[in-house]
Amino acid sequence: MNLAHFLAMGGYAVYVWPCYALAALVIGLNIAAARRSLRSAQRAARRRLEIPREAGTP
Amino acid sequence: MSAERASLASAAGLLMARDLRLAVRRAGDSLLPLGFFLVITTLFPLALDPALSQLRDIAPAALWVGALLSSLLALDLLFRDDGQDGALEQLALCGQPFAGLLLAKTAVHWLLTGLPLVLIAPLAAIALGAPYRAMPGILAAVLLGTICLSLIGAVGAGLTLSLRRNGSLLAILVLPLAVPVLIFGARATALAIAGESLAAPLYLLAAIAVLAATLAPWALAAAVRIGLE
Amino acid sequence: MAWVWFHKFGSPPHFYRLATRLTPWVAWPALLLGLAGLVGGLGLAPADYQQGDGFRIIYVHAPAAWLSLMVYVVMAVSAAVGLIWRMTVAHAVAASCAPIGASFTALALVTGMLWGRPMWGTYWEWDPRLTSELLLLFLYLGYMGLRNAIDDVPRADRASAVLAIVGVVNVPIIHYSVIWWNSLHQAPSVMKFGQPTMPASMLIPLLLMLAAFTLLFAALLLTRARGEVLRRERQARWMLEALGGGAARGGPSAKGALVGPSP
Repeated sequence: MNLAHFLAMGGYAVYVWPCYALAALVIGLNIAAARRSLRSAQRAARRRLEIPREAGTP
Repeated sequence: MSAERASLASAAGLLMARDLRLAVRRAGDSLLPLGFFLVITTLFPLALDPALSQLRDIAPAALWVGALLSSLLALDLLFRDDGQDGALEQLALCGQPFAGLLLAKTAVHWLLTGLPLVLIAPLAAIALGAPYRAMPGILAAVLLGTICLSLIGAVGAGLTLSLRRNGSLLAILVLPLAVPVLIFGARATALAIAGESLAAPLYLLAAIAVLAATLAPWALAAAVRIGLE
Repeated sequence: MAWVWFHKFGSPPHFYRLATRLTPWVAWPALLLGLAGLVGGLGLAPADYQQGDGFRIIYVHAPAAWLSLMVYVVMAVSAAVGLIWRMTVAHAVAASCAPIGASFTALALVTGMLWGRPMWGTYWEWDPRLTSELLLLFLYLGYMGLRNAIDDVPRADRASAVLAIVGVVNVPIIHYSVIWWNSLHQAPSVMKFGQPTMPASMLIPLLLMLAAFTLLFAALLLTRARGEVLRRERQARWMLEALGGGAARGGPSAKGALVGPSP
């Protein structure tokens, strides 16, 4: 099983690889969005409670 | 305050009579959805070849899409006035089961907007090429279908009570839930037109109607209470 | 005893701390299982008799579809818990589910279409599974639209909870009606394969991917839910401890960063 054969996916490459790429994209976006959502909530909560920030914290 | 509580039945009866009286005074409001239905079912043949045989094929689709959209439009009438002038709040506080009263309101709403549809639909079907023998089947299907749509739509109307006027949100909420009604109703209509037995989809429609009548009152009461906050 | 545990879990500070500690424990296994599933699915599993290598799309399509449905159920159950027991943590969990579920529903749809193209010849064939997925996406969008339209958060929580419960009751009905509708003309489904049963070499990577996606969802949910809990708490002392002066412990690693600054 060589690399070219693997990448060709028996002729279905144009369907298979975009699927995996899309899955990676959706997973990546979800992770980023979840982290962003948490951090913005933490920032807002800090503002509400007037907690002074230390260097290095978001 | 009387020591004897009025029964739910008499309270509901009073409510329904009052709603009917109010609606009769503004009859135009209730007839608008009907007009909308006729316009939509007219649009389909205009978009296609008016050859009657082809019309007959799309008749179920035209009828049911028209019924769905016009019942969506009619939902605006259900809680609008009472929501605005505080009558809904009074109903919630008056001591009677809120779900029962809301069910009564929905029933009147169906009488005013759903029932005319049931009566007109067979005629619209004929205009779309359906044979006369299909009329009883179409009547039965649209009867059950509009009842389901009124119940499902009422829940959506309750959830969007007092929100910014946004018809698309109500549509997005209600239409996916109405898909089974559309599927079974259109299939029943197609079978009626073809002269075959429409027992299967009709029973399924009836089952949905029973389920909706059982669950919708709870959901309605919860939704409207939340909407009134 | 169970009630004590239940109410403890429902208390925001406990949930926040628990979620923070738990996230790496689901995130790392998710990554490992996913890699194992990929190796098995892309490399070790043999090509299908009928669909050739094209069937390998199942290793992302099926987990995405599984997630789309499972997340909706989690959303509806936590919404119901929030409504009945007036638990903000449950509402926070429900709110977190929606964007995750919607995005994976969309992924299931697109991968389903890409799978269908070589197998059916068209991108869309109105088969019951994909049509149900599409309607599920509409249900998610309606839920998020309703939440978005109500400015007051507790009211949005309660209204969308009613919608989620109504929706989850409808999902089996909608699914059944679509299958019924589709059985009238027997459109082929992508999920059928050449061999009568799936051999272990094909099945095991699938199970690994299903598990990986599920654990990923847990990690995403815990992360988002922490933020949603914070948004719903006004001025609570526990938040001072959790957020005050806490520098991030340890370096940022790919999955560890999901956790964010530790309490």
